[in-house]
Amino acid sequence: MLAWTIYLSFIGAAAVALTPTGRPLFARVTALLTSLAVLGIAIAAVVEGGGQPITIVRAPWISRLGIEYYLAADGISLTLVLLTGIAAVAGILFSWNIERRVRDFFALYLVLIGAVYGVFLSFDLLLLFVFYEIAIIPKYFLIAIWGSKRCEYAAMKLVLYSFAGSALVLAGTVAAYCVSGQHTLSLDALANFPFPAHFQMWAFPMVFVGFAVLAGMWPFHTWAPTGHAAAPTAASMLLAGVVMKLGAYGCLRVAMMLFPRGLDPWGFRVLGLGSWQQVFAVVAVIGIVYGATVALVQKDLKFVVGYSSVSHMGFVLLGLMTLNRIGLSGAVYQMFSHGIIAGLLFAVVGRMVYERTHTRDLGELSRIPLGRLIPFAAVTFVLAWMASIGLPGFSGFIAELQVLIGSWRAFPWLSWIAGLGILIGIAFSWRALQATFFGEGVTASDTEHPMPPITVPERLGAYLLLATTIVLGLYPRLLMSLILPALNSPLFEQLHRGAWK
Amino acid sequence: MTGTSYAELLRLTAPEIVVGLAGLLVLVLDLSVLRRTAIAVRFHSAVVAGCAGCVIAWVVLDKFPAQGSLPAGMLVVNPLTQLIQIALLGLAIVVLLLVDSARFTTHVGEYCALILFATTAMMLLVSTQNLLVLFISIEFLSLSLYIMTGFDKESAQSAEAALKYFLFGGMSAGILLFGMSLLYGISGSLALQPIGAAVSQSPGDPMLTLAMVMVVAGFGFKIAAAPFHMWAPEVYQGAPTASAALVASSSKVASFFALFLAFNLGLRAAAGSAAWGMYSAGWASLIAILAAVSMLWGNLAAIAQTSFRRLLAYSAIGHAGYMLIALVVHSRQSLTALVYYVITYALATVGAFAVLSALEGEGVDAIADFRGLGKRAPDLAFCLLIFLLSLAGVPPLAGFFGKFYVFTSALEGTNHFGLLWLVLLALAMSVVSFYYYLKVLKQAYVSAPVTGAPPIHVAVATRLAVWSAATLVLLLGCLPGLLLNKVATTLGSAVQ
Repeated sequence: MLAWTIYLSFIGAAAVALTPTGRPLFARVTALLTSLAVLGIAIAAVVEGGGQPITIVRAPWISRLGIEYYLAADGISLTLVLLTGIAAVAGILFSWNIERRVRDFFALYLVLIGAVYGVFLSFDLLLLFVFYEIAIIPKYFLIAIWGSKRCEYAAMKLVLYSFAGSALVLAGTVAAYCVSGQHTLSLDALANFPFPAHFQMWAFPMVFVGFAVLAGMWPFHTWAPTGHAAAPTAASMLLAGVVMKLGAYGCLRVAMMLFPRGLDPWGFRVLGLGSWQQVFAVVAVIGIVYGATVALVQKDLKFVVGYSSVSHMGFVLLGLMTLNRIGLSGAVYQMFSHGIIAGLLFAVVGRMVYERTHTRDLGELSRIPLGRLIPFAAVTFVLAWMASIGLPGFSGFIAELQVLIGSWRAFPWLSWIAGLGILIGIAFSWRALQATFFGEGVTASDTEHPMPPITVPERLGAYLLLATTIVLGLYPRLLMSLILPALNSPLFEQLHRGAWK
Repeated sequence: MTGTSYAELLRLTAPEIVVGLAGLLVLVLDLSVLRRTAIAVRFHSAVVAGCAGCVIAWVVLDKFPAQGSLPAGMLVVNPLTQLIQIALLGLAIVVLLLVDSARFTTHVGEYCALILFATTAMMLLVSTQNLLVLFISIEFLSLSLYIMTGFDKESAQSAEAALKYFLFGGMSAGILLFGMSLLYGISGSLALQPIGAAVSQSPGDPMLTLAMVMVVAGFGFKIAAAPFHMWAPEVYQGAPTASAALVASSSKVASFFALFLAFNLGLRAAAGSAAWGMYSAGWASLIAILAAVSMLWGNLAAIAQTSFRRLLAYSAIGHAGYMLIALVVHSRQSLTALVYYVITYALATVGAFAVLSALEGEGVDAIADFRGLGKRAPDLAFCLLIFLLSLAGVPPLAGFFGKFYVFTSALEGTNHFGLLWLVLLALAMSVVSFYYYLKVLKQAYVSAPVTGAPPIHVAVATRLAVWSAATLVLLLGCLPGLLLNKVATTLGSAVQ
């Protein structure tokens, strides 16, 4: 049943692409219904299954190479499938007002969604890679065609970064295939194969970096802010909300699960660092602090949100590198939580604010009394920032708390610096919030900027995302009951046995 | 040559004879019966007759496969060579379909006949293991291609391209022949098997080194590997579209296969090694350098191109580099990979030229001329997307699995990942290639059409060519097993 998340998205894309021109409403409704149906399937699967791996489809695909069409899901996949479902529905609601090439937009959007589901559900490495690459192409067109401000540059940059990352992943895939000699690329078989330690030592960083490029790891994050800022609202919601998670998911599912010994100590120290675990943990913390600091000085509101994403994705990577249960579950929780919150922030910034004011410059925004003109946006934005900086009661709190506890156990001194990153996060959020909605230098009168009221789809989308983050902030067991069994499953056994503490 | 029965010869070359006869028939028909009819009729009938010839040859190959060999490796026909021949026939049909709407010449019969003769030459080229027949087939093929390149007599570019092609080609043929004569001197035989035996006796012979360098240079020209690629951009740009399509697709298939066989059978013992840290001199190390240079130069120079045809030419040089990796490995698996790669590559390239030929009426050459194609001809643009992404190696298109399989064979075929450096270079360069392929697709889909540009009318035959190539690229990408299994099973009888 879960496989239909993929098929239905692609069928929906084809249906939208084949609608006659001049029927934009039909394309929109088809896209919305498709994404709703897919979300329904995802919810049903979550309600039904626990965190244990379930096989969905398993059939030979390229029998000569032993490559299978193998779809399966465990709690981590389910968590991210659910996230994709919610983000997809919200994204369509927030792009209801797209007028140009509506058909193409929603078709590409659904292709991207379908590919993302494919990545999260693939349990064959090559299949995963295939979906991973399929997801890249629609991103390019979504940004280049419907984007704003230097969008062709941003789209090309994003795509080249993605392809460079996936080239590393492909190299790792081919190498793993040849080293194992098992004539298979199914993840559970490879996860149980004891790769030689010296091979894991170089395969792990290669594949990890390859995926982490898409997760916005510093110093390979620069595609993220430009891409997010140039993309149309729905695309930035998906980029920050879901696509960056593809990278983080790959880091966990492929790099860490297959090559856990790559995290072992090297036996010598360079610059005080003694293992890839420490290297990537430091890089993650640099990302947290650097993203937050740069966000503090941005003038463009979308760039503020873009850099905040880099910062928050740093928590995911830090959580992964703690290698303890609480840190890892925090990382997965953060993937979900940030997906929802980033989607919400981009929705407010891109759709509610920018498409009404046609500016994203904080200085200009502060002269418009937005708080009074569109109070709904203001309230949503305040709540979203509260969730983003990790106030209790929102999902971000649960996630970042777990990551911090985990990292406290693994590297106490890094937790202090990550904590500092949270403080800077509060500062830039405050600054952006104030400038956008509660600017002091309001010079314009209310009538100077006629504001179309917030539409129904916008409200629905905002409610959906807000409700998700609050429910998960108040009742974390909902997701934890999926994530924890998955982390305890035999798939991660080598990680448990090796570097796990 | 004693003991060769002509019946055997006729039996083994039946498909070649059919294609050759079809060529003559086209020529005679056009010059006699159809002399005074309208040009469109002449084109249609020549194309139909040519395609019919190819189809008959295909049926002969498929339904009545004759296997066997003539003495001295003059002809070695086995299921693998027949598979390649079928691919060559398929590509020839696509190219003939492109001719249907071409109007650059009034010498219809000659042009179509040349396509068929070139195909015959290629079919012979892949089914011989004898240096003499090899050289004759190469020359037969080259002469046909030179003429086809210069066939557009009104265009100075076409003449220039043909002249350059001919001069470079003549030089390289001389070098190749010199290398072959040295090989003959060493072994006293023209057949590849005895040469291989003689070479394994004295793999360090300096004469052999010279011969090897000469043969590599001669073949390097045929497959347009850097630094022997100078002619390619000119030919791709100047030649009539159908000629360029033939040069870019099926001649690549035949040359790569012949190159692999020649080196693997004749010079296996002198391969040396290109593995990192275990380098030893031989043709494999020489080819590894060619591969690296081709990948680097082809892909980097393609970035700077503004003409779509030149871009395809440089990307072809880059692809030659990827395919040479399979030759460096020279294992059984890498031959499977190479055959899969080169066939799918030829399909995607011939498709790209088919799209170009559909746009010929618009005078499309520069990349910028593609702007708004997605609006003006959505189906062409979609097929172009498939071809270019397949060339770039995006799954699930055929080009991706070609690359994947070549890389896998490169890592599996050597100890301790000695060829990892080539694979990593190839991966890095394929990232570069995304940039220039996307540049074209950006024009097609992102840029708005010039205002007032009408929708594009595409001839039925061209559309058929474009769609069949696109379907195959997509199908072989989603189900690579269709071709892979066939290649692998037929391989059993071909290479030892």
